Amino acid sequence: MSLEADFTELDEGGERVVRFSGRLTIARLGDVPQRLDVLEVRPVRADVSAVDRVDTVGAWILHKLKRDYGAEIVGASDFAERLIRQVTIADDPAKTHHDDESHLRRILQNVGEATIDALSSLKGLLAFFGGLLIATGTVLRHPGRLRLNAVVQRFETVGVSALGIVGLMSFLIGIVIAQQGAVQLRQFGAEVFTINLVGRITTRELGVLMTAIMVAGRSGSAFAAQIGSMKLAEEVDAMRTIGVPPMEALILPRVLATTLLMPLLGFYSTVLMIIGGGLLCWIGLGIPPETFILRLREVVPMTDLWVGLLKAPVFGMIIGLAGCYQGMQVRGNNEEVGQRTTAAVVQAIFLVIVLDAFFAVFFSSVGWG
Amino acid sequence: MSDDPIISVRGLRNSFGEHVVHENLDIDVNKGEILGVVGGSGTGKSVLLRSIIGLQEPDVGEISIFGERIDCATAEENLDLRRRWGVLFQNGALFSTLTVAENVQVPIREFYKNIDESLLCEIATFKIVMSGLHGDDAPKYPSELSGGMRKRAALARSLALDPVLLFLDEPTAGLDPIGAASFDNLILELKEALGLTIFLITHDLDTLHTICDRVAVLADRKVIASGTIEELLALDHPWIQEYFNGPRGRAAMAAKG
Repeated sequence: MSLEADFTELDEGGERVVRFSGRLTIARLGDVPQRLDVLEVRPVRADVSAVDRVDTVGAWILHKLKRDYGAEIVGASDFAERLIRQVTIADDPAKTHHDDESHLRRILQNVGEATIDALSSLKGLLAFFGGLLIATGTVLRHPGRLRLNAVVQRFETVGVSALGIVGLMSFLIGIVIAQQGAVQLRQFGAEVFTINLVGRITTRELGVLMTAIMVAGRSGSAFAAQIGSMKLAEEVDAMRTIGVPPMEALILPRVLATTLLMPLLGFYSTVLMIIGGGLLCWIGLGIPPETFILRLREVVPMTDLWVGLLKAPVFGMIIGLAGCYQGMQVRGNNEEVGQRTTAAVVQAIFLVIVLDAFFAVFFSSVGWG
Repeated sequence: MSDDPIISVRGLRNSFGEHVVHENLDIDVNKGEILGVVGGSGTGKSVLLRSIIGLQEPDVGEISIFGERIDCATAEENLDLRRRWGVLFQNGALFSTLTVAENVQVPIREFYKNIDESLLCEIATFKIVMSGLHGDDAPKYPSELSGGMRKRAALARSLALDPVLLFLDEPTAGLDPIGAASFDNLILELKEALGLTIFLITHDLDTLHTICDRVAVLADRKVIASGTIEELLALDHPWIQEYFNGPRGRAAMAAKG
């Protein structure tokens, strides 16, 4: 006898009977459920005396036969009877899935949710910034509460360990700018202006901007992931109950570290970009380093350096703030940590670029263009 | 055949570096019984469970389940074994990114790809209701459930494939006494209805008294005794005496009457 579940429809004394055979178990069901859903004649009885094994899924199918067609189940073993009773008790017409909505409605809903999310995230970030300012005020009034060790530790992870990658990136970008600039300027016979290009764009813009992107990717994401996992493990709550404000112990040291280190890293990055550009000018255009430096001093005004260095701490603060804010928003499950980490980086880079545009307008209108 | 133990462990040795957890450990679980495993913290109850279900490779020892040696089993036989048992982990171990219903469907989808979506939903729902939750809880995420509900949801997942053998790791830990008692009843009820054999790790003396057919005591790196609670009480081992005759043990016994 085959083990696969099967059934035949018979007429016994004018009554329609469904006779099952094989094993009514999840492993042997085959297409029985689909076929049972489209029975043409309503069965009066379901005969399971030829069935040699039933599990809960089989019992469920029999239960549905009884529920939907009103069929009487005969020939069930004691164990099968018990299973059918058990699933009958467990029949709850609740839905496991939400209703499908129309396509347009879903798109509109997504757009609406995304808008609300973006606005509330911005509002949350502002509130978080406020909280941080209050914490800073408290620490200023009681300088003993500054966690100096934590700050210095962050200096190392945010700053010192980043020197290698930031340096390499900057050096290569310097070369690329000089090379691309030289190719274009050569058409006008103005290759010497490559020095202006490299000197001004790196000190004003790229040094700090590229560093900000790197720091957001390295440290902003790390902040979000660290604080997020601490949040999940209820460590942040434990801190609060002990009386250690997370704002002071977790967030202030991190934001302070990025704020203070961004100008340093940005300056370092600018210098390496100029070195890279200078190297290309020397090798590619035959401009010796002495000439390069002399020319640099003539064409790059001091204000360019101030522009770069004034922006850097603001960017640093934004990166630290976004990382910590997103980390503190983690709740629920592990996937959230990943999402919030991504959000921290995206938010930080986005805000940095928006602010950079504002700074550009501001500095040119105060005559530092 | 039916007299053979469902699980049989012989001469098991487990160690982590220098630290030996089990040495020459024997244990049997018979068909249709609920075996409670007790022991102090750090005596390796969970390690024993992990060895039996194949998550921890023992140094030496034979482990047979349904009469088959699991260390000699091929990958395919192993997979086949896995369909026949369910495991309830201590903290539920529900997949946090899936809803309760989807959690229950995971094993079914994995093993039986021919089951269609609507039947899958129905199966998940009745398993969830069978485990003492409400059908409305099915679309919820584990983080939206309380501790007790999470345990029930995890139980529903462990019952997804209609196992004949169920492993429960401290099922009532962290539940309030009322919740724990009703969970005990649920286990007993399901065991009767589904004909389960249960391997149960617990610290809960009430659980031991109400639902366990036999109790195995883990101490000194091995199972020092196993039998009904009455049989254990007759032994003269200091830990066993303290465990069952301590204030909590006596209270649990009195409660059972």
